Amino acid sequence: MSTGFPWLTVLIVWPLVAAAATALTGLGRGRPAAGPVTGGGRFGAGVARTVALVGALVEVVLVVGAFTAFDTGAAGTHQLAETHAWIPALGASYALGVDGVGLLLVALSVGLVPLVILAAWREQGGDHVRLRRYLATVLVLEAFMVAVFAARDVFLFYVLFEAMLIPAYFLIGSFGQGAQRRYAAVKFLLFSLAGGLVMLVAVIALYLQVPAADRGPQTFLTENLTGIALDPTAEKLMFCAFFLAFAIKAPVFGVHSWLPDVTQNATPGTSTLLICVLDKVGTFGMLTLCLPLFPGASRWAAPFVVVLAVVSILYGAILAIGQRDLLRLIGYTSVSHFGFIVLGIFTFTSLGVSGSGLMMLNHGISTGALFLIAGFAIARHPRSSQLIGDFGGLRAVAPVLGGTFLVAGLSAASLPGLSTFVSEIMVFIGSFARWPAAVLVAVPAVVLAAVYVLLTYQRMFTGALTTELAAARDLDVREKTVAGVLVAALVVLGVAPGPVLDYVREPGAVSVELVGETDPPAQAPTGSTDEPATEGSAL
Amino acid sequence: MNDFVAPTIDWAAVSPVLVVLGAGVLGVLLEAFVPARARRTTQITLTLAALVASLVAVGLLWERVSEGAVSVVGGSYLLTPFGLGIQAVIAISALLGVLVIADRTTTGQDSFAPAAAAVPGTTYEDEARRAGLQQTEIYPLLLFSTGGMLLFPATDDLIVMFVALEVLSLPLYVLCATARRRRLLSQEAAFKYFVLGAFASALFVFGVALVYGFAGTVRLQGVVQVLADPGTSPLGTMRGLVVVGLLLVLSGLLFKIGAAPFHTWTPDVYQGAPTPITGFMAACTKTAAVGALVRVLFTLAHGLDADTRHDVQVALWVVAILTMVIGSVVGAVQTDVKRLLAYSSIAHAGFVLVGVVGLDEVGSSAVVFYLLAYGLATIGAFAVVTLVRERTVSSDDRAGALGDTTDDGVVLGEATALAQWAGLGRRAPWLTAAFSLFLLSMAGIPLTAGFIAKFGVFSAAVEAGAWPLALLGVLGSAVSVFFYVRIIVFMVLTPPSDDEPGAVVEAAEDAGSVTGPAGGAPALTGTATRAVVARTVVTVVGSRGPAAVAIALCAVGVLLLGILPAGALDLAGQAAQFRP
Repeated sequence: MSTGFPWLTVLIVWPLVAAAATALTGLGRGRPAAGPVTGGGRFGAGVARTVALVGALVEVVLVVGAFTAFDTGAAGTHQLAETHAWIPALGASYALGVDGVGLLLVALSVGLVPLVILAAWREQGGDHVRLRRYLATVLVLEAFMVAVFAARDVFLFYVLFEAMLIPAYFLIGSFGQGAQRRYAAVKFLLFSLAGGLVMLVAVIALYLQVPAADRGPQTFLTENLTGIALDPTAEKLMFCAFFLAFAIKAPVFGVHSWLPDVTQNATPGTSTLLICVLDKVGTFGMLTLCLPLFPGASRWAAPFVVVLAVVSILYGAILAIGQRDLLRLIGYTSVSHFGFIVLGIFTFTSLGVSGSGLMMLNHGISTGALFLIAGFAIARHPRSSQLIGDFGGLRAVAPVLGGTFLVAGLSAASLPGLSTFVSEIMVFIGSFARWPAAVLVAVPAVVLAAVYVLLTYQRMFTGALTTELAAARDLDVREKTVAGVLVAALVVLGVAPGPVLDYVREPGAVSVELVGETDPPAQAPTGSTDEPATEGSAL
Repeated sequence: MNDFVAPTIDWAAVSPVLVVLGAGVLGVLLEAFVPARARRTTQITLTLAALVASLVAVGLLWERVSEGAVSVVGGSYLLTPFGLGIQAVIAISALLGVLVIADRTTTGQDSFAPAAAAVPGTTYEDEARRAGLQQTEIYPLLLFSTGGMLLFPATDDLIVMFVALEVLSLPLYVLCATARRRRLLSQEAAFKYFVLGAFASALFVFGVALVYGFAGTVRLQGVVQVLADPGTSPLGTMRGLVVVGLLLVLSGLLFKIGAAPFHTWTPDVYQGAPTPITGFMAACTKTAAVGALVRVLFTLAHGLDADTRHDVQVALWVVAILTMVIGSVVGAVQTDVKRLLAYSSIAHAGFVLVGVVGLDEVGSSAVVFYLLAYGLATIGAFAVVTLVRERTVSSDDRAGALGDTTDDGVVLGEATALAQWAGLGRRAPWLTAAFSLFLLSMAGIPLTAGFIAKFGVFSAAVEAGAWPLALLGVLGSAVSVFFYVRIIVFMVLTPPSDDEPGAVVEAAEDAGSVTGPAGGAPALTGTATRAVVARTVVTVVGSRGPAAVAIALCAVGVLLLGILPAGALDLAGQAAQFRP
């Protein structure tokens, strides 16, 4: 299977190298003997930031290289594959490979990191040592994120799934800005670990479902575990264990309570990586593990999951409206959006599943934009307040900030013309064919989304300028770059989603086939779709 | 019967044990003949050399034993691949443990009392300290103990096993009493360990007696034969004898392992003993005792009928569940680092037992790997504890107190109260990183040795059909993650208290509120801690080398076994070719 240049391994190793380089810029600066409490000159920090940014940008170039090596014609198969023996005794291999959805998510992770680094340029209260460590941890997390989306071995996936909690934990707990960051970090870790450990038992049980004679050094490869004969009860139990882990990660209603605490207490950059990328592992896992490994149980559980998803959609949106903390609000909007993604996956229609695949990407861009631009607004507040009520009339002094925030917000509300619209309409149409009632209940969430976005915008940016914000300036070049790239991505993918759709279309069809369903025959094309939607329904 | 025939002894097979015991005897002689100045260096060199030689002997024997078990003197010494694997783990752990023990740190003092026999607080003790006496007898004692451990899992004879048990235990009782500081606590620990240990030994012997009554032999192989053919022994039909005997023998072994309900000595002894000894004891004793337990259980399990076997398994289930629950839950409310690590080691005993319940080869391979992973993390963690100390604050000492300098203020004993560890990450980033790594490994986080180890024992349990036990184990490990993470929170996320004593007190109170559920009794110790903290600050003393090497080796080992475990797993797999 190993052919050609090992793009994925390089994509995993390079951020680690960059992280080491970033961390090492702290050496040899004549650290005072008293220890690096607040030490470190401006020069040192500048170097660390630059090294981290350059490292992240090189990674972007590498991912472009990976795209050129990827054959879009066969986006449904795992490409760029590498398989090496890792722990033969346990049947685990170091096996990488991505299909279209995996590659898009790798690209999302890699693309967001330089923006997060840029956004964090002046964070950590001017403590350069902390900033250096923060950036190094971000880069380590990047390596894990790429690896987990590229893992083609259930054991390897599990290892990465759990191991990436550690850098994430430190990002929240060590470098967060909220008063309760330690609480949030521990809550995050315990929720995730509890789910993960239950999944571990299922991973072991799944391995043991393979007849002893067939167990070999590569038993844990996803393709080797797909389609084995499973005892129905065991299959259901294992599905539940996997689904629990992924639902906590995603997060689905019921096990979501860690998420608002995290977004409230972490820096916007950390939240971006956590919510926009790391949590996608949950939905990605449902798509690439739950469905193919446990097709029968997936069909069995689908009605329950769909109900949960619809509840998430509405619950997240309603709670978002009531939030006073800006970052908490964004957290709740994500609960709502993850509901859409889960709904799409469990439609078992190629349109819905590929819509979910696309939505994972779009939600990442859209929510990332919201988090980072909200972070810029918060940085302008003299007390760094996160409360929406402390802002007002900011548009008067910071028009660009206001404008980009509005675009990002509207993308969360799936305004036509922005990329999120394409994926959301795909999920809706795809689901309507299978679960019309669910769609009817979930559709009002679009209106609720408009409410929370516009209300927030109105409170923060319009009206009379509060005195505290009188001295606020508009975005500088660095911030404009971050906001500009994200908004441009939203618009471009919204107007011309065609090329990206090529990456999700086939994986969606393959997933539906693996789960043993077929697309419902009569897929009525919706009449009043504009250009992007026609693209979608033409699938 | 009239002619005495000298038995032919396969000396090569016994060499891993003999080298260590021989070096112990030599060490006693050195103690008498080598001048005081050179004694310490000589003893340390001898000890390390003996352990390395033992490890080399294990390595040389590996090929030969994996072709078939080697029996010496009719099974008095029986070297199976499993026994050899356990011996390897013991030798590695002991080697690392001795490195920590040998370190005098930059304070120039090791962890041992200058005159252990002196009554604490007497003038005699003061004089001994001023005279700069040092205890070099600890090294021969360590060697004797290690020799006993090496013999423990490598015999087929219950009497030899009992002798090994005593040979490994008696030196440990003495070693526990030799702490330089907190002498009363140390002596109390030793006394407790001794009394309860004697009790456990008695249970063991009584069990052996019952087994002998049943089978007319103390050889495990012989017992299996009688089980298969009851007619060969006068009491061979009284199956109850062997079951009760087996359970009593197991009780004695479970005591040494520190499994519930025989675990109560563990926290007190681990807290009171000199920390490097605690590390050595926690890793090596547990390894040896688990080895012996597996040896007895797996051998006899072949002879037992399905019903009895099932009964024994139920007993193991109960012990494993109790141990995991007690270790994890009680550990979660500890406020002292050493006690916390003690409860962690209890929980680990439970996890190891999860791997044992299947009574099959997969389990024994997982157990060997688990013990190695556990040993590395435990020795490393206790080594870190030895370096985190309290230091008195002089009034003009506020400016530089955060530094690692030990010139001003007197460095005292270890700062074991969890609250004192707040902000350690800023003072000693590398030490904190290493300690966090060990804790993460104990918690079973992937990419550390602990994960592969837990994966192994849980797989073994699931494969043996004990999936509820595995599920409980997993939940127990989720709880234990909570308390490991709590330490990391203290070290890394809690801001370091300023060195103003007042501020330190505040930090201690803050920690008290965090560890609120501890309830009434810990609140008392909390007050005591606060009184101490008010006069001292926490400092990290430098290692003179050996402990740093040990910590580094443990850390590298934990990472390597976590990321690239294939080689070690293969070896553990070979060790599991269990031929009773």
